[in-house]
Amino acid sequence: MTPRIAVVGGGMAGARFAERYGALGGPGTVTVYGAEPRAPYNRVLLADVLTGRYDAESIALPLGGAEARPGCEVVDLDPAARTLGLADGTVEPWDELVLATGSNPVLPPVRGLRRPDGFGLAEGVHTLRTLEDCGRLADEAVTAKRAVVIGGGVLGVSAALAFAALGVRTEIVHQGPYLIERQLDCEAAEVLRERLLALGVETYPRNRVRAVHGGEKISAVELANGYRLDCDLVVLACGARPRTSLAYGAGLPVGTGIRVDDRLAVSGNVSAIGDCAEHRGTVHGLAGPAWEQADVLARRLSGADPDARYTGSLQRARLSTGDLEYAAFGTVNETLDPGLDVLRIADATRGTYKKLVLRGDRLVGAILLGDLATVDALAGAFESDGPLGGHPLHLLTRGESR
Amino acid sequence: MTSPTAAPTPTTDTHCPYCSLQCGMRLGDGVGGVPEVLERPDFPVNRGALCGKGRSAPALLSRDVRLTGPLLRDRPGGPLRAAGWAEALDRVADGLARARERHGPDSVGVFGGGGLTNEKAYLLGKFARVVLRTANIDYNGRFCMSSAAAAHRRAFGLDRGLPFPLEDIPHTGCLILVGGNPAETMPPAMRYFRELRENGGTLIVVDPRRTRTAELADLHLQPRPGGDLALALGLLHVVIADGLVDKEFVSERTTGFEAAREAAMAHWPDRVERITGVPAHQLREAASLFGTAESGMVLTARGPEQQSKGTDTVGAWINLCLATGNSGRPYAGYGCLTGQGNGQGGREHGQKADQLPGYRSIEDPAAREHVAAVWGVDPASIPGAGKSAYDLLDDLGRPDGVRVLLLAGSNPAVSAPNAGHVTERLRALDLLVVADLVLSETARLADVVLPVTQWAEEDGTTTNLEGRVILRRRAFDPPEGVRSELWVLRELAARLGVATGFPVDAEEAFDELRRASAGGDADYAGISYRRIAAEDGVFWPCPAEAHPGTRRLFLDRYATPDGRARFAAVTHRPAGEEPDAEYPLYLTTGRVLAQYQSGAQTRRVAELTRAAPGPFVELHPRLAERLGVADGELVAVTSRRGRAVAPARITDAIRADTVFMPFHWPGAGRANSLTNPALDPVSRMPEFKVCAVRVERAEQKVTP
Repeated sequence: MTPRIAVVGGGMAGARFAERYGALGGPGTVTVYGAEPRAPYNRVLLADVLTGRYDAESIALPLGGAEARPGCEVVDLDPAARTLGLADGTVEPWDELVLATGSNPVLPPVRGLRRPDGFGLAEGVHTLRTLEDCGRLADEAVTAKRAVVIGGGVLGVSAALAFAALGVRTEIVHQGPYLIERQLDCEAAEVLRERLLALGVETYPRNRVRAVHGGEKISAVELANGYRLDCDLVVLACGARPRTSLAYGAGLPVGTGIRVDDRLAVSGNVSAIGDCAEHRGTVHGLAGPAWEQADVLARRLSGADPDARYTGSLQRARLSTGDLEYAAFGTVNETLDPGLDVLRIADATRGTYKKLVLRGDRLVGAILLGDLATVDALAGAFESDGPLGGHPLHLLTRGESR
Repeated sequence: MTSPTAAPTPTTDTHCPYCSLQCGMRLGDGVGGVPEVLERPDFPVNRGALCGKGRSAPALLSRDVRLTGPLLRDRPGGPLRAAGWAEALDRVADGLARARERHGPDSVGVFGGGGLTNEKAYLLGKFARVVLRTANIDYNGRFCMSSAAAAHRRAFGLDRGLPFPLEDIPHTGCLILVGGNPAETMPPAMRYFRELRENGGTLIVVDPRRTRTAELADLHLQPRPGGDLALALGLLHVVIADGLVDKEFVSERTTGFEAAREAAMAHWPDRVERITGVPAHQLREAASLFGTAESGMVLTARGPEQQSKGTDTVGAWINLCLATGNSGRPYAGYGCLTGQGNGQGGREHGQKADQLPGYRSIEDPAAREHVAAVWGVDPASIPGAGKSAYDLLDDLGRPDGVRVLLLAGSNPAVSAPNAGHVTERLRALDLLVVADLVLSETARLADVVLPVTQWAEEDGTTTNLEGRVILRRRAFDPPEGVRSELWVLRELAARLGVATGFPVDAEEAFDELRRASAGGDADYAGISYRRIAAEDGVFWPCPAEAHPGTRRLFLDRYATPDGRARFAAVTHRPAGEEPDAEYPLYLTTGRVLAQYQSGAQTRRVAELTRAAPGPFVELHPRLAERLGVADGELVAVTSRRGRAVAPARITDAIRADTVFMPFHWPGAGRANSLTNPALDPVSRMPEFKVCAVRVERAEQKVTP
């Protein structure tokens, strides 16, 4: 009998798995159950959809012959009976289950964030996770005068850049010590902050939002230091948390995320990939690792490589929005480890910052901000994990990057 | 028009024996009977220009470097000795007949070449099907053209290298040249690219190496070997994002855009940068240059094609053209720079395992019927599709494989992928028969070597990269003991009981080819020797004498059933073999200016061998430093299939994760000892351009 493969979640990981499984000639039929009302699309492009660079219809992802079931939220899972239950009460059988449930935006403990009745966010407060979010934000951006982005991670910065591009005055309130502290060091973040300022985006690091004010419609956010920022639009970009409730309810092992082994298996015929999965203690939460996991699982389940294993992903972050670009690899905060050497080139006038973190003659981390000419050589050196050969300066300067 | 340099002695207008440009040249008797090459400035493709290979071609007419009589081997492992033609042909006919009798018709095989004239290719295919009745005929064009051909047919319903003449190139706005190095492989074509830039157009070159061609580009994208497919998808992605899709063209003249768009959405710039190494900002720049140009062309060559995903890769580049409306109108479109002299014609007239003359499918009953009528045979007697080139070679000498092989115009002992293994298979044959003009490395393995005429000694047509059918003319008499392949085929056919149907006169053979091709995709019915000479070549399809020929294809409709071009829904996939801890580097292979293909001809020309005396391994200074290798020192390159040793050539023109070797040489420095015969699932093209290797200092001197 043809194996039935159910994919729960129509996000990046689920779509990629379906496409690869088909491309590799997997013998089963694949069904992708998505809670969102539309077929899988490329979530990475949402900030650019917000600016109108992409239209919402054009960012659909290929599914390789799988059946998409949009608007079908899976609410129940029975691994023993190998069934899943949909919100409308129907029960669907499966032979292999792939959990790709993704993550939910984290809602910070801020007064006035929710509607008075407790259901949903207050008017004018949004997350940026789905195309629906995007549509609402784009509508409001037309009349909005001032926006506040709560959270200065990569999503927050991308959203702020999108609003700036739309001509909305935007401010970022960030609880951390500096912008994007998971991927950058504080010098890079300072250069980034200067560049954001040049684009009209003010940043307030080391600040916490205490409350959102307004009745029918928000009017301001109040910082913990008492300062008030008037605004008519708030975007929450405070990180994401793996969606694990379905797995947890079914008795599957759940830590921060759904725990998987190197085969990406959870237990029995259940696997998990993407933002919802925890592998060797790590939840990646990025599209790159999610696709690497999807590729491995597709190779295993399609039979193309029954022994396929996922052994982790290299840390690699990339922002490329218009002329504000950075790439960050591996360990970028050398202060944590005295055995590391650092090579740094900063050019305040050009707004560029470049840094190598080395252990002996091996590259363990790097940042390029504002000037990405050597990104290929750097990525190659980082991925090959061998001795660099030659002076490492060639990884930072264009003339010798060839 | 008389050329000012024309010699007072009688001259013959003909074409170069080498690449697919088929430059026009004039041959004269020269001084003291030494043939000389003169300019033929009135021929449009090269307007008199020739490269060193073409200029020095007469050196191969010398008796000193070529075969002058048949050779025979009396016992396996014994020496080759001189023999007469009757003895040699009897031996071949006897071997063919015996294998057929004992093991059936498919135990004999034919392996042809993309350098053979149309007439030879046509009659070789006919000989296989009518005389030998074997399904097993294929040719080295499978190593050269087949991925572009498959993608062409999938997208446009028709496969012709360029859908436009070369003279259109200077008039386009932006040209992307992918994985081709014409500055070294076909220098006289470079004028078109220079003129393009002089006219204000933009040239973008995609190549893992900063080649002489890339040096001329406005923008050079330097992806990892095997990154071409993702790169094309990334460009399409940006074109869509930036609103540069020609919606009117897409809706009126194409099908399948949505699936192609979805595939492109899975290849956003950051991801493509990660796969290919091409920075996202360069991707954006290239997409903008191409997408905003008034017209654009994409040309591919062996780089993207010789991969285990070559068909999909070419399809992705065609998608880029279709999405931007750069197809089916003047000064725009996708084209392939074919490689061998008759790479185009060689694939049209029945040398391919799955095709009959006129680019007909051997599985199509109507095609079989038409061709059978021209041949005067029962359609049912024509065999079905046989094995493709590498599969055929891989099967040689095996119990159920081919036991006797007739090989013409090819040197797979040097040019096939995994050449060490292929050489072993050639040795395992009961009988190997090689027809060539020189004693090539493959001929050295043969039991019977048949010396055949070459370009300046025979008439015949070829079809150049533009789809222009041109005429080579006999200028000199061959040496006494040398015969044409057409004569050889007739003699063998007669010995095997087929007395008619194998003309020795090339024009007579061509006239039969015209009838066989009539009504097919590659329709030559209206092309005659007289017209070719009068019109500087005729572009196919040309279905009737009164038809002018087709310089530009697809202006009104594509050759698909609904007349629309088809997008290909393709996604990136890794190469057949990617670097790992054991084999951490990419090897890519290619050609150098002064040599041609397996080098069987050019290595015998003193002037060319002085310029390019032997193999080398190109590597980046940083890699060299890591390996402790100085320029000129011997390095050993090892893959899962073999080992090659050659001097290091250190240059920053190559990526630090990649080494390059030219493939013209046999022996210790044979690049194809290393290459991977991973085949494209559609075209069966092997992956010459990407495999994983390890590079080390070679400990001792190795004599090739």
